[in-house]
Amino acid sequence: MIKNISNLGDAALYCDFGTEINKEINTQVIRFFKTIQKKNIAGVNNLIPSYNKLIISFDLKKINFNKLKKIIDNIEIIKSDTIQNKKFEIPICCEKEFSLDIKRLEEKLKMKEENIYESFFKKEFFCYMTGFIAGMPFLGDLDENLRAKRLDTPRVKVPKGSIGLTEQFANIYTFESPGGWNIIGNTPLNIFDSSKENEPNLINPGDLVTFKRITKENYQNYHE
Amino acid sequence: MNKNYFEILRAGINSTFQDLGRNNLYHIGIPFSGAMDNRNYLLANKLTGNDNNNPVIEFAYQGPHLKYHGKAINAAITGDVSFKIKKGNNLIDGECYQSFILENNDELDIISTNKSVYGYLAISGQFDLKLQWSSYSTNIKAKIGSNNGEKLSVNQKINIKEINQNLVSKKLNYINTKIENIRVMKGTNFDYFSEEGKKLFFGNEFKVSKLSDRMGMRLEGKKIENIVDTNIRSEGLIKGVIQVPADGNPIIMLSDHGTIGGYPKIGVVISADYDKLVQLTPGSTIKFQEVDLNSAETLFKLYDLETQNLISQI
Repeated sequence: MIKNISNLGDAALYCDFGTEINKEINTQVIRFFKTIQKKNIAGVNNLIPSYNKLIISFDLKKINFNKLKKIIDNIEIIKSDTIQNKKFEIPICCEKEFSLDIKRLEEKLKMKEENIYESFFKKEFFCYMTGFIAGMPFLGDLDENLRAKRLDTPRVKVPKGSIGLTEQFANIYTFESPGGWNIIGNTPLNIFDSSKENEPNLINPGDLVTFKRITKENYQNYHE
Repeated sequence: MNKNYFEILRAGINSTFQDLGRNNLYHIGIPFSGAMDNRNYLLANKLTGNDNNNPVIEFAYQGPHLKYHGKAINAAITGDVSFKIKKGNNLIDGECYQSFILENNDELDIISTNKSVYGYLAISGQFDLKLQWSSYSTNIKAKIGSNNGEKLSVNQKINIKEINQNLVSKKLNYINTKIENIRVMKGTNFDYFSEEGKKLFFGNEFKVSKLSDRMGMRLEGKKIENIVDTNIRSEGLIKGVIQVPADGNPIIMLSDHGTIGGYPKIGVVISADYDKLVQLTPGSTIKFQEVDLNSAETLFKLYDLETQNLISQI
């Protein structure tokens, strides 16, 4: 449960669920998020659940930190239904032009390229959260030996479809964006579709994801 | 049927439609967007007799050059902007914060913002735009909102679906003040930084980098040393958050920012100073001054009162 609530600037609450990251804590975060979402508290304008934190931002014209904290402190969590899991298999191409950081990862992890990919492709991932850019899924957990830090200086432009690794997670860049993850391949699949206002994200928290390696030819012909 | 529209003779560097932005979508990765400089956005709408949430054209540095076709309308430009209005063979210097009339075949050439980044063009009417997630704001990174999520481009038309034919002229005496001191509250990872790093942050000057846009403002200065970890577990971000990645240079999250980030948060810009912050041009210097939550809330009340006061003067 929430261990501490502090402020993030003058217009947001920072709810801390602890330092650990696992599916149980993440499920608590999602429950809390859904409860607050349903309450429609006046002045709250955004909720950002992540692995083990929940940020609640608000309109400073309508409410302030102390008033909102009191409401949140006294909220009763709705025991929502179990999160339903969808399963996806995401095609990815790992040719040189797409695997921008594989050499860097070989050095960081002291592993050979083929071993990195072998460990990555056998994994079934759990979606902890979506965001950073629209629809980007944060997928865990990578094996211990694949865990690397972000780039020291984030890239200004990471190509759309890039699959990146950082710490215990993999993610997919749903469109071109700045970013600091170690890029190992690219998917031709559209992960975010803004024309679907009700459900623009292909992958949502709780879903299960595996990756399948495809050739450059398959990649190029994917949309045909 | 009367057709009223603008023809774009030059699009400008980054001209987009913006309104108050969209709420409650951070959890799927969609930020507020909306006008960067909220006060100037509101003033532009009031000067043309519109509601608060009417979409306007926001431009950065060089603005668009437009030719108007249709029935006479009022228009107004806010910010610190040089522009000209061409009526037949007459070229008139434009004045910000003063509505002016555009008639058939008039041209509006928004030459540039002066020592600032953003300016706003509002008209007494409604652009013909598509609402997406309850907002007309364009987010060009996510390709969301008006104009198919794209900036304005040359030769396209901007259709106006409704015009307000009340052409009463409106004016406001207002000058944008520029500040270098931006007030900031400590962030949730303030203690990740060395004593010297903390002193550097609140005291040294930083330079606004060219790599700044509607998503974020990158700063350059002496490296702020991290003594705990240069990464945190990815978590939510809000606008105004200042992250410091491993290279020690701060990055401030702006209106189109990523909703989740993994670099330590050294501080958060207070709400009252956001409009001023976004107007700082690349190459200018910035200094952070620490304030606490109480002061930040009071400063916001003052900022909001001043904004309401300006609006009521129009």
